[in-house]
Amino acid sequence: MILSIAKNRLWNLRRDRAAMVLSFAVPLVFFTVFAAIFARGSGRAATNPVKLVVVDEDRSESSSRFVAALQAETALKVTTAAPAQKGGAGGPYTAATAEAAVRAGDFPVAIVVPRGFGERPIRFGASGDRSKIVLLTDPSDPVAPQVVAGLLQKVAMTAMPDAMAQAGIDEVEKWSGGLTTDQKTRLQESVAGIRRQTSGNRPGSEAGLVDVVTRDVVGEKKKNPLIAFYAAGIGVMFLLFSAAGAGGALIEEAETGTLDRILSTRVTMTRLLAGKLAYLAGLAASQLLVMFLWGALVFGLEMRGHWAGFLIMTAATALAASTFGLLLAALSRSRMQLVALSNLLVLVMSALGGSMFPRFLMPEFMQKVGLITLNAWAIDGFQKVFWREEPVRNLAPQVLVLCGIALAFFLLARRVARRWEPI
Amino acid sequence: MIRPVTAASPLEVRELRKSFGGLKALDGVSLDMFTGEILGLLGPNGAGKTTLVRSVVGRVVPDSGELRIFGRGPLEKESTAVRGWVPQEIALYPLLSPWQNLWTFGRYQGLEGADLERAIARSLEWSGLTDRASDKTSALSGGMRRRLNIACGTIHSPRLLLLDEPTVGVDPQSRERIYTMIGELKAGGVSLLYTTHYMEEAERLCDRIAIIDHGRIIAAGTRDELVLSTLGTRQALTIEAEAPVPPSLRERLERMGASVNGTSVVLRTEDAPRQIRELLETFHAGNTRVRDLTLKPPSLQEVFLDLTGRELRE
Repeated sequence: MILSIAKNRLWNLRRDRAAMVLSFAVPLVFFTVFAAIFARGSGRAATNPVKLVVVDEDRSESSSRFVAALQAETALKVTTAAPAQKGGAGGPYTAATAEAAVRAGDFPVAIVVPRGFGERPIRFGASGDRSKIVLLTDPSDPVAPQVVAGLLQKVAMTAMPDAMAQAGIDEVEKWSGGLTTDQKTRLQESVAGIRRQTSGNRPGSEAGLVDVVTRDVVGEKKKNPLIAFYAAGIGVMFLLFSAAGAGGALIEEAETGTLDRILSTRVTMTRLLAGKLAYLAGLAASQLLVMFLWGALVFGLEMRGHWAGFLIMTAATALAASTFGLLLAALSRSRMQLVALSNLLVLVMSALGGSMFPRFLMPEFMQKVGLITLNAWAIDGFQKVFWREEPVRNLAPQVLVLCGIALAFFLLARRVARRWEPI
Repeated sequence: MIRPVTAASPLEVRELRKSFGGLKALDGVSLDMFTGEILGLLGPNGAGKTTLVRSVVGRVVPDSGELRIFGRGPLEKESTAVRGWVPQEIALYPLLSPWQNLWTFGRYQGLEGADLERAIARSLEWSGLTDRASDKTSALSGGMRRRLNIACGTIHSPRLLLLDEPTVGVDPQSRERIYTMIGELKAGGVSLLYTTHYMEEAERLCDRIAIIDHGRIIAAGTRDELVLSTLGTRQALTIEAEAPVPPSLRERLERMGASVNGTSVVLRTEDAPRQIRELLETFHAGNTRVRDLTLKPPSLQEVFLDLTGRELRE
């Protein structure tokens, strides 16, 4: 009897193509997407170097060697000059333009090698008033600053052993009561030898320390810095789920004959879809509002000063998500198909678009792929508003893309919905 | 606003044709309706009833032919306003209340404000749902939902109403209630095209009946006209034997023009008294006892069978 029941269920499954897809294809697609994101090692592996801006204010022989050694690090992707199209003229980054680039989210970290660094790049013990390397970071990426900070120390040790030796000699002289002229001459010759040996950026021997001061240039005053990211990421994902679910009303109307009845009245298909869109967009906007207000209430998300950007992004995101739901409903032949299709698409879009895992921690190729999803554009826009506190006009790319997606989806849904029109 | 079209017939159909792939759903249907009448549309499954009704409500575009509703095409705005449709399915929103369903379809038909409020109140009253106006539609009985289904199709006071099997799955008491509603619509001057599978319903309610088969109207007229034109005045004489009719008797009965099926013998006759006497004598001579004898005037059911070769429910 038990086997008969199992057999009956198996027959049902084989008859239900949507359930089949849900059972087998969806997990495979997921596995593939996540494997692509996290391929070859965990998270930010050596395959995904940290993008770093280096500003050399010192321009000394030591600082040049230091920068060259940083550039030689495979874990870093060092940029020293701004591209011509970005920020106008281009040319080498300055401390100010580097900070702006981090603030804009173009780079997770920038370092500024200060004037006077070359005179005493390394010193043992307390640093005193010595020039310090400034690390400008965007803490929304918690990994990159730590990688860079560690590599700075490594590079100092391996690229500038002569500076380290000099620092050691200085310490010996200080604590031994002074060296003789002869001793000093021989030690200086050794240091010069070390310098000659390491001029080709070859790793040196022992370790020393560079002084680094880290400064968050974004969200430094925020209580809970990543909450806006999670509110946007999770919010958009569930918006897509609920829009697809609510769009399913269209299928129910078609299945129960109500759609036929509606279309025999004065309501045309375009009006019907526009009415459904109005409802779905209103619902989606309310959902985002509730999500962010909850974030403000429970997690201290700062809404004050961000309302304009929030409302603009909410409107654009709600429109795009609603038309997505409408399009899926128009494409699906049954509720089951809609559930299968929406689960598949929403989960894949959310994984690629950064709703589940921040895009900046993905390999660069996957970051670019993510831009095909509306999640990525919505999350980027909300990040600009709440994290980078950019002016509203900077939301133009995100708003335009989301509205473009909304228009395209609506027109497509209208076209697909022709199957319900008189035949 | 809507132009008065009183002079035109509620529905005129001329040589309407529609094929789906290789299947001819309508093969030259022609039909006329008179103002204020109930025209019954009968036909076996797959005969073309649904395609015809869907053509009238603008959900099917015919390949050729002409269809006019009070003189206008089915897709014209004026036709939408004067035409109502009650589909066979309970095409309502189950989670909404009767009031909300009526509001929805009233709005979709262009009613608003006080007109809409009045129409809702009138429809609730008419369908006997005033007390249940705020309940969930899914919580209503089958009969109540059927009535609400009709009310939603008539909220805009159409002058031509298409009723598709409005009493399917309804208990006798609710059915009577629906008949009363239909009678009130007719009394109000509404012309009704009534599709049904219940022959007795068609005989009772309809002024005229059109029989459709293989995509064509094969007969149309009043019940009596249909009977006269197909079966004439012959009555059906049925005799039930106590045991299966033996072959020798069967041969004699068939020579008299009767059809024999097991214990049942049917003979159509213009002269019932003489035929009854002759049949009973034949049974007596054949040593077979008669259990029951009935004489019926020709029925619509027989007309239908005669014309289509099929029962209505096939």
